[in-house]
Amino acid sequence: MRAVITVIGKDMVGILARVSAECAQADVNILEVTQSILQEMFVMIMMVDISKANIPFDQLVNRLVTLGDEQGLKIHVMHEDIFNSMHRI
Amino acid sequence: MINSHDILETITMIDDEHLDVRTITMGISLLDCADSDINKACDKIYDKICRYAANLVKTGEAISTEYGIPIIHKRIAVTPIAMIAAASPTKNPVKFAQTLERAAQTVGVNFIGGYSALVHKGFAPGDYALIQSIPEALSVTEHVCSSVNIGSTKAGINMDAVAMMGKIVRKTAEQTADQECIGAAKLVVFCNAPEDNPFMAGAFHGPGEPDCVINVGVSGPGVVRAALAKAGNCNITEVADIVKKTAFKVTRMGQLVAQEASRRLCVPFGIIDLSLAPTPAIGDSVAHILEEMGLEQCGAYGTTAALALLNDAVKKGGVMASSHVGGLSGAFIPVTEDAGMIAAARSGTLTMEKLEAMTAVCSVGLDMIVIPGDTSAEVISGIIADEAAIGMVNSKTTAVRVIPAIGKKAGEELNFGGLLGEGPVMPINQKSPAKFIHRGGRIPAPLQSLKN
Repeated sequence: MRAVITVIGKDMVGILARVSAECAQADVNILEVTQSILQEMFVMIMMVDISKANIPFDQLVNRLVTLGDEQGLKIHVMHEDIFNSMHRI
Repeated sequence: MINSHDILETITMIDDEHLDVRTITMGISLLDCADSDINKACDKIYDKICRYAANLVKTGEAISTEYGIPIIHKRIAVTPIAMIAAASPTKNPVKFAQTLERAAQTVGVNFIGGYSALVHKGFAPGDYALIQSIPEALSVTEHVCSSVNIGSTKAGINMDAVAMMGKIVRKTAEQTADQECIGAAKLVVFCNAPEDNPFMAGAFHGPGEPDCVINVGVSGPGVVRAALAKAGNCNITEVADIVKKTAFKVTRMGQLVAQEASRRLCVPFGIIDLSLAPTPAIGDSVAHILEEMGLEQCGAYGTTAALALLNDAVKKGGVMASSHVGGLSGAFIPVTEDAGMIAAARSGTLTMEKLEAMTAVCSVGLDMIVIPGDTSAEVISGIIADEAAIGMVNSKTTAVRVIPAIGKKAGEELNFGGLLGEGPVMPINQKSPAKFIHRGGRIPAPLQSLKN
């Protein structure tokens, strides 16, 4: 199963590193990353493979959301199907 | 990879524009629970609901976490209880309501619908006793919802039932007068009631439905309003197009959730209800969509036309996004549940007459309208008859959910809290239709019914 992690917030040093570290700890493989900075807002989108994750999906979501809350970032983790179904016919 | 713009659009819709799946409603047939002994019937009902819906709430929450989409309500609709009560000759079917309440609490759903009777052509065994018991049933339970279908395009309007329901609505409000008359907010009087509606208070599991089914109601007024705001000064054709595109996306999300819920619960998928269902939260209002289209306030001239456009475009956009569409499907206009409508009613811009006109083009009817406490049962019956006539002639669902604010006058307020919201008592025409209502009988089915 593949999921999409999005990170939105004020730009600072180490965002990518922290999110990637969390993924690595959970055995979540990062497949693709795009990131951009628009008017000091950091926007990162990661496509990850969670089929070999060593923790249940809801725990992964909790960990990343908590990380986001600590750093003042909005982090979402969502199954990729939601985007496929909403935006592709 | 999926387009970043699309990903961010979805996130914005959920975070800032109140996109959600409004309800996953499990329909459960209770036809096999009928028994001549009411206690045995109630035991069977309780067991069946608890068995079928044991994992409903848990599954809804799991899907919500995995897909990152809020799923607000998990609910149950059952076979109209009058059909089950008919087998247990008893004067008071309230025991069935208490059983539904107990089952709702056990499985953790926030509403259970189906304390209902279908009497559009006349009263069958069980119907009369059930209708008479509605005020008590809604005052002794918290999660049970009730509905009565008093008319249809095929059958005409049962005026005896209309007269009866005027009294029942009043009595229901009176019996819950100490709780802001909330009983009446859980009671809907329908014409052309759909059998697969997932939304409360009018949900029930029709007799033509399978044993168990999953129906999903989507929402998203905030998303539509935001899309129109982004588009700026475009013409009406483009407005309709934007609504269609947005409704498509919202419905696709609902379809995904419905399929997933159906698969995980091993229950067939029934329908998606393509409705724009507002909540009292700021930014989740149908009235604000109409205002975004260019009305100074909802209720101004132009409102009916704007609502007709919205209702139609929502259906056109949604219908291609789902394999099966049903329920009410359109724009709801529940006054106390919509921040924009509450404001318009308070300022006097939105009147009962305008709301009645709007119901000819929206998906339901006069919904969550607080009326003065001294309104007579006959006037309420008159409101029901008018609304049913609009539904009957236009081959559409119409409904009446008015709340007589016992002891209050126009301008005062009721506050139900939560999603049922709050609102002012709206002044209404109090001239008496008593003689017309007390004639009884049946309004014959209109010519539109002869389609064969």
